[in-house]
Amino acid sequence: MASKTLYSQRDPMLKRDCFEDILEERRNSSDLKYALRCYAPVLYKGVTPCKANMLKNIVLQSDQLHYVINQVSQESGEAPDIIQEEASVILEEMAHRLQISTVRCFAFALSKAFKTLFQHVCVNEEGIQRLQQAIQEHPVVLLPSHRSYMDFLLMSYILYTYDLALPVIAAGMDFMGMKFVGEMLRMSGAFFIRRSFGGDKLYWAVFSEYVKTMLRNGFAPIEFFLEGTRSRTCKSLTPKLGLLNIVIEPFFKGEVFDVNLVPVSISYERILEESLYARELLGVPKPKESTSGLLKARRILSEDYGSIHVYFGQPVSVRSLAQGKVNRSTYNLFPRHIPRKPMEETQSFVNDTAYRIVRLQEDNMVLKPWVLMASLLLQNLEGLELSVLTEQTVWLRGLALSYAAFLDWPDQAPTAKVVSSSLALHRGLACVSGDRVSLVVGEPLGPVTPEEALFNRAVSVLSCASYRNQVLHVFLRPAMLAVAMHTAASSKKSEWPGLYNCFSFLWDMFSNDFILCPGDTVQDFEEACYLLVKTGAVQMPQQDIVMTDIGQPTLSFFNGLLEPFLQGYQVVCRYLCEEASEGLTEKQYIPAVRSFAVKLILAGNLRCYEVLSSDMQKNALAALLRMDAVRKVKVADQVTLIVNKMAVNSIDDILGGKLPTQKALLARL
Amino acid sequence: MLFEGNRFSSPFVTVPTGFCSWLCVVHRGTTTSETRPRCDWSFPYCQYTKEEPRCGKPILNNREPRRGKPILNNREPRRGKQEIMKWNGWGYSDSKFLFNKKGQAEFTGKRYRLSGMTLPSLQDWFENTFGASVKHKSPATVILNASVVPPPRLNEAFVENLKATGIPFSNEAEDRVFRAHGHCLHEIFALREGKKFERVPDMVVWPNCHNDVVKIVELACKHNVCLIPYGGGTSVTSALECPPEETRCIVSLDTSQMNRILWLDENNLVAHVEAGIIGQDLERLLNESGYCTGHEPDSMEFSSLGGWVATRASGMKKNVYGNIEDLVIHIKAVTPRGVIEKSCQGPRTSTGPDIHHFILGSEGTLGVVTEVTMKIRPIPEYQKYGSVVFPKFEAGVACLREVAKQRCAPASIRLMDNKQFHFGHALKPQVSSIFTHFVEGLKKFYITKLKGFDPHQLVVATLLFEGDRERVLQHEKQVYDIAATFGGLAAGEDNGQRGYLLTFVIAYLRDLGMDYCVVAESFETSVPWDRVLDLCQNVKERIIRECKERGVQFQPLTSCRVTQTYDSGACIYFYFAFNYRGLADPVHTYEQVEHAAREEILANGGSLSHHHGVGKLRKEWMKDSISNVGVGMLKSVKEYVDPENIFGNRNLL
Repeated sequence: MASKTLYSQRDPMLKRDCFEDILEERRNSSDLKYALRCYAPVLYKGVTPCKANMLKNIVLQSDQLHYVINQVSQESGEAPDIIQEEASVILEEMAHRLQISTVRCFAFALSKAFKTLFQHVCVNEEGIQRLQQAIQEHPVVLLPSHRSYMDFLLMSYILYTYDLALPVIAAGMDFMGMKFVGEMLRMSGAFFIRRSFGGDKLYWAVFSEYVKTMLRNGFAPIEFFLEGTRSRTCKSLTPKLGLLNIVIEPFFKGEVFDVNLVPVSISYERILEESLYARELLGVPKPKESTSGLLKARRILSEDYGSIHVYFGQPVSVRSLAQGKVNRSTYNLFPRHIPRKPMEETQSFVNDTAYRIVRLQEDNMVLKPWVLMASLLLQNLEGLELSVLTEQTVWLRGLALSYAAFLDWPDQAPTAKVVSSSLALHRGLACVSGDRVSLVVGEPLGPVTPEEALFNRAVSVLSCASYRNQVLHVFLRPAMLAVAMHTAASSKKSEWPGLYNCFSFLWDMFSNDFILCPGDTVQDFEEACYLLVKTGAVQMPQQDIVMTDIGQPTLSFFNGLLEPFLQGYQVVCRYLCEEASEGLTEKQYIPAVRSFAVKLILAGNLRCYEVLSSDMQKNALAALLRMDAVRKVKVADQVTLIVNKMAVNSIDDILGGKLPTQKALLARL
Repeated sequence: MLFEGNRFSSPFVTVPTGFCSWLCVVHRGTTTSETRPRCDWSFPYCQYTKEEPRCGKPILNNREPRRGKPILNNREPRRGKQEIMKWNGWGYSDSKFLFNKKGQAEFTGKRYRLSGMTLPSLQDWFENTFGASVKHKSPATVILNASVVPPPRLNEAFVENLKATGIPFSNEAEDRVFRAHGHCLHEIFALREGKKFERVPDMVVWPNCHNDVVKIVELACKHNVCLIPYGGGTSVTSALECPPEETRCIVSLDTSQMNRILWLDENNLVAHVEAGIIGQDLERLLNESGYCTGHEPDSMEFSSLGGWVATRASGMKKNVYGNIEDLVIHIKAVTPRGVIEKSCQGPRTSTGPDIHHFILGSEGTLGVVTEVTMKIRPIPEYQKYGSVVFPKFEAGVACLREVAKQRCAPASIRLMDNKQFHFGHALKPQVSSIFTHFVEGLKKFYITKLKGFDPHQLVVATLLFEGDRERVLQHEKQVYDIAATFGGLAAGEDNGQRGYLLTFVIAYLRDLGMDYCVVAESFETSVPWDRVLDLCQNVKERIIRECKERGVQFQPLTSCRVTQTYDSGACIYFYFAFNYRGLADPVHTYEQVEHAAREEILANGGSLSHHHGVGKLRKEWMKDSISNVGVGMLKSVKEYVDPENIFGNRNLL
């Protein structure tokens, strides 16, 4: 059942299941009947479902929690009863209250909403069958990608549709702020966790025991988002490990035979929050979740959001993954109910697993033709002839397919039709005037300051980038090699040790921005070479990697693809070297980089808008911190950034293609 | 439906004496537990059998009347019980299960309570559990073919010197093969198939006393001969297998003639016994004087005192009497360095690390245990079986844990899982009267319908109480009260007794299975209380999964019981069997699965072994189990005691 092949060489020609449209039936039969139909899912080993209250009692009476309660009581001098009471309050705030009646309400309402919003909601039914099997065999953890608020409603909706056990879902506390809706979500299976509770032992204990109890008993599949939050950029985010640690631990402790992790890829043709995200990235704060906000958002009901594809991946057995990697008997010498920091071996296993699951999510993300078009448009901000765009899109399609992209390209339709219908669906982002296709720039009312114009343009670019980002995981590795070749060509070092060093530098640099599994540098390099050779873009005579005659378009497309990231990181470096003041605090960093970039763009010295994205700014900083070019120092309540200008400067140089000798580079990093 | 044909008794229905005793041919009274000083221990072991001297034609042997001065016994020299035992299966030649023409199972012979009975539900159980059929036979080779036995490599000088001592020996193929194996599945399977042996002992010697052993060991050292001590031959760890790489002459040192109780000290309640004595003989002889050791491992019909010491054996009634390490007061053993023993019989000493513990569990790698002083107890006045049915395994484990916590465990308390419960029921003999039939039906109705126990979930704990009558009854009440708090229902003495019966016939049943393409084995571990449930669950699941992955075409039987309780944990005993039709190399498949199961046990906090030992079967895990330093310590002891590796069975390290 579960895939053992996760660690094996990735198969570039993945075999994928077919999709079924679940809305089709909804359009032809009664939603009410559907919402009220008999729902009797099979559970893990046939356990009977557990009432929410019983679950709470199990948690509150567990040895695990008692231990921590006594510990906290001893440390704080508070009586254990009071701490127990606190724990009970925390649990009350956290726990789900899944009710089938609420689920039926949602089923009804969502059917209506989905039919208005979307053309199709497609699900791979084979994946559903695998999931059904997996649920009966072992505790299941559903790990969907996270692009929209819709995600978890959609997941529950689909599972309800297929008569599968409804998951309990870890949701951020912010939802609870929404009156009524928060409670509705709770009754449809969400449980709420605080965003940060770093030092709070009791909270952690209640939370982890709550999750583990559900997992161990197999009452319901557990669902959470590895990425931790919605990705505003449509790139997968580097995974958060907290919850994954919690759900894997029962396996290491022998409390369950195995745990099945099921990656789920949810791809939207158009994301409901599309322009919201772009604004958020540009520093317009995210609207607080509120019910009235949700009602206002009804406006979106009148638009066409294309299709959704939900792909349930092959269940991944934690047992198979851990085989030979983690020695479970190291857990034998410590009582299982006493919380313990995971061992190094375990930590790196969990980290590795998390990355691999996110990559599996990426692999099964469905890409629309528009994604390819957006990638091309972004490399031609001044616009493109429609015929050129069409021609290049067809070329890119071929490239993407040979790199095993999961492309949903209408089979029968002529190319021109595909292109024009994509443009129609995304008319908010691109427009055709005469023969030229270019990005739409929102028309502001009244007089426009240069800053406002720039802001509007940036919204378009970032929205468009969120589509290009969807295809990045397909091209990332060869693209990094292409950039490395470009850099090496300028410094006349095409032999592969130099190339590899350059590749590995980029790999390291970008590992916050992209999903690069820790320790996979060599494997990724080989994959990049393999793919470029496969499409005839390069040849590898002996120690060299050389571009072929036909390789130019591919390589320059790849260079263009990563250009915004290279430039963005350089801007950050330049800011830190040239502008940053001594006592730059972490809080000031983002607005400061933003205004630095705005200045550069207005002065005509920079054409890259993507650097305005706070996501890129954060990732660049994280990379520099990781490389020790910047350090964080805590002074009083403030976190200050100490910049090693020499180091930052040289990183800037390398990104700019000025390749120093490799030894110097390695010595400095 | 396994359950359908089976019934169990409960105390709620009074069963007239005679009806409930379906286990016995002759009703003996113990089952209804009226006060009766227990002066023999007839159930469920076989009666002692007088053995006829053998009239073999030794090629090269040297047997003379013995010179020992036995105190409590006096027998002619012979080859142990070899004559009356199977050469390629378990136990006595006359006792075996078979499916008769009428399609009913029966147990032959006269030795056991089940002997001569037909077991109407066994065949159904067997066919349903394994997907096996009585039509698919896989019979064993009947006679040992001498050509499969490699010729002996004798050390002439050693033989010459040995002759001079007058100690009996033999190099007959049968004698050598008989001592070339224990009772691991692969060993028995190979015997049945008549496979060629790679290495067997080159000769067998029968020392008669401690001094004979001293002489043999001296000669072995002098002539560089490899010695492998042999007691009862019931090893299940490949401990008796001759290392194929051994090029020296291998001599099997059979201790069976050293079987006397040398003295008995009623003041201190100890007996000094020769280490070759077989468990049931020791118990019978002590019983004659009103005593017992109380040490009753499941193999006690055939295993020897020396073997118990060498493997750290555990007895069923250890809760009253202790395990072997608690029972021994003094050990005398012969090593290549000389004789090791303590100078006094103080009940406890602080004289550095206890040297007994170098010998206990040494598995024949350091020397031969020749004499043991052992605690004895007066035979208990009263003995009573009992059983409790629980709705689920979890409840049963919780109850056993509580019993252990309150330190009120009866002489024996075991919890069998649902599969084993049904297995036990399949061994029910024909019910003789309609009335019994009716009563049994009532009982079943009471438990499954009125109490709502699911027949596919319920489990049974079997109990054995011992002591003076009043205390036993008091004790019994205490245990039943605890059980009641975990939802347990008292389920009568028969069920209890039947549970213990299973352990004594299980090896015979394996032979039956092997006649019909089913291979089976048991293994054990010990584990802290909090991990008991998870370990049982995970090991069973691992076995099922591994079988599937290795192409076993039928669902395997995996069953376990909590067979001993301790303050901080329990001993778990697993049965594992599958129908191997369609497999090219069933033994290899079996070994792979068992290996995986052991890894699962270790990963779940279980020990490498509770009482079976390590032998050669589990050597690979020793380093992880006792650390490198631990292995180093054992090695350095071996190095000092036996630098030439005279005791070269290569167990343990």
